[in-house]
Amino acid sequence: MGAFLFYLYAIIACGAAIAVVLNQNVVRMAFWLVVSLSSVSFLFFMLDADFVGATQLLIYVGGTVVLLIFGVMLTSSGPYKTIKSSPAELVQSCIIGLAFLALISSTVFSVDWEANERRLAEFEHEAAHIHDHEHGVGHADHHHREDHSVAYGYNAEKEGNTTRSLGTALLGVRFDKDLGTTGHHGEAKLSTGYLLPFEIVSVHLLVVLIGAAYLARAKRRVEIQDA
Amino acid sequence: MNSFLLATTIENWIEGGSIWPLDLIFSLAPAGVWAAIIHTALVGAFFGLPAGVLIWAERKVAGRIQDRLGPTRVGGRFGWLQTLADGAKLIQKEDLAPDAADKMLFRLAPYIVVVSSFAAFMFLPFSEGLVAVAMDAGLFIALAVLSIEVLGIVLAGYASGSKWSLFGGMREAAQMVSYEVPLGITAVIPVVVAGSLNLGEIAQIQSGGIQNWIIFHNPFTFFAFFVFFTVTLASNKRAPFDLAEAESELVGGFHTEYSGMRWSFFFLAEYASMFFVSALGAILFLGGWWTGVPVFESLFESIAGTLAWILGGTLSLLGVSASSDYLAICFGRMIGMTVLLAKAGLLVVVQIWIRWTLPRLRIEQVMTTCLKYLVPMSCFLFLGTVLWPLVLMTALGRTSLVDWDSVGERVPIPQQTVVAPVKPDTEAADEEAENISDELNDDSVTQLDVVSANAVSGGSE
Repeated sequence: MGAFLFYLYAIIACGAAIAVVLNQNVVRMAFWLVVSLSSVSFLFFMLDADFVGATQLLIYVGGTVVLLIFGVMLTSSGPYKTIKSSPAELVQSCIIGLAFLALISSTVFSVDWEANERRLAEFEHEAAHIHDHEHGVGHADHHHREDHSVAYGYNAEKEGNTTRSLGTALLGVRFDKDLGTTGHHGEAKLSTGYLLPFEIVSVHLLVVLIGAAYLARAKRRVEIQDA
Repeated sequence: MNSFLLATTIENWIEGGSIWPLDLIFSLAPAGVWAAIIHTALVGAFFGLPAGVLIWAERKVAGRIQDRLGPTRVGGRFGWLQTLADGAKLIQKEDLAPDAADKMLFRLAPYIVVVSSFAAFMFLPFSEGLVAVAMDAGLFIALAVLSIEVLGIVLAGYASGSKWSLFGGMREAAQMVSYEVPLGITAVIPVVVAGSLNLGEIAQIQSGGIQNWIIFHNPFTFFAFFVFFTVTLASNKRAPFDLAEAESELVGGFHTEYSGMRWSFFFLAEYASMFFVSALGAILFLGGWWTGVPVFESLFESIAGTLAWILGGTLSLLGVSASSDYLAICFGRMIGMTVLLAKAGLLVVVQIWIRWTLPRLRIEQVMTTCLKYLVPMSCFLFLGTVLWPLVLMTALGRTSLVDWDSVGERVPIPQQTVVAPVKPDTEAADEEAENISDELNDDSVTQLDVVSANAVSGGSE
């Protein structure tokens, strides 16, 4: 069931992405882009990354594409704006696309997935062990997988309750890493969060906002009064 | 013990073996598939039925405000079947697409609108636990999904190949891009107060008396509700913000070229999302499914208890054993749902009332209202809500202005009942009661055991 849905959304995402490239009508391209981005957000939902999926929907599908269509509507001269690319542009874009594909594939294949899975299994085993220790439970078979995570609200973190962890991580606090691990060897261990990237992005956005306001402000005519 | 009353999810109930004739049907497909079908049907009912009732209410209220009677004949006394008659008429109409239209996008646009409006209902809790998808980022996802609706309207306006439609679509795009900002900020204000994005938790936190409603939490949330309400009017293209379909200037705006079912899809989606944002406002600010009067709550509890006692007795005469405690919880949640629907319905009536009272704004007035008034106001209210407990704590040493002997607990009431699959060893049964929700994912076990997590004492064995 999960695998079927994954393949369904993966095929829709890829097919719609190809349709974006093959279409020549700008608004239809935007429509296929919406389909592709929505399928990617469904994939995020399937991975229990609810917040990221919703952000994808809100920002890419709801925001960017609406702005794109709005821009096309305001700027196009004819009724249905089409893009016809010259052969030189085709070659250029092919080179850029293939280079990006090579970059992404080299990244994907350079990850040691098996080692990651082993590390994950170790981490879960350790967390279960800590849980047993804390609660003084003797028996060994203990497959509460979510027990080590800090549970907020109704759903376990594995079911998509990631908002709070994401928020605290962006503020530089990693409850998910640090809470279970203190007292294991006696010393407090603090993991790094993402406060610096968060601040850099915030300042960047502020600069963009001020720049946009500066560019779009009403131009006042300077009246030179001769004495 | 009937596992229906104990299951936290429908999937859980189907996996646990449902009642006799149904389990034969359910065995044909995985439980998840059946649960998805049942959820979709239920959400569809809540999507379609209020919309139908509200279209009738719109006609009646509009008629009364204009000193007319409105529909009187269809379906007997009050014309209450008028919506159905309209629907039957619209289905029979020819499905036209103009020559100048971009046919594919023209045909698809109504579906985008109706699907996004429908999908938002998945995250709306109707009462404690009565929600299709209980997500901890529920509010955020619901707003994200609802924001896609504008895309369908813009596409409809563009693809129609008509100047009127294009103008309507452009106005809608400009309006929506601006009004998303104050909508998001005012929706976050209750989140700051409640400390959760989960709509179920936000409503649970407002149990007890009316003083626990978020609208009365502090002066900023009080004004935030009215800003939120104004913004939802605009985000649903309701008058006085219905520039996208301004009949006096644009014929029909974005839906000028549509006919038949595709046209009615736009209206179904509009009334459904009117109901959705009203229910959202009720959950965020107006106490959700709580009446706000503790006397009523205990009255409802005893009514639910009596109904459960009667039904439980009847069922036991028929040979079905059902604990009246669980039945009482079920009935209590049903009554809660009725309260929420009543609140949302009242808010929709106010929307209709405003539509037939205020004249339409001009487009630049709409933009001024948003950018110059609503955005700064919502930012100020947000800041005030954030600072309020801090200032009170410094000045008075407590976080509420009046030292209420508050009836409700300002913590979410936990889910009360669950069905948990039994592990092969039942030693750890006591600890399971604490970690029930973790167990629900475990697919490897088939047997079922009934555990009462807390609060409910009877019928657990």
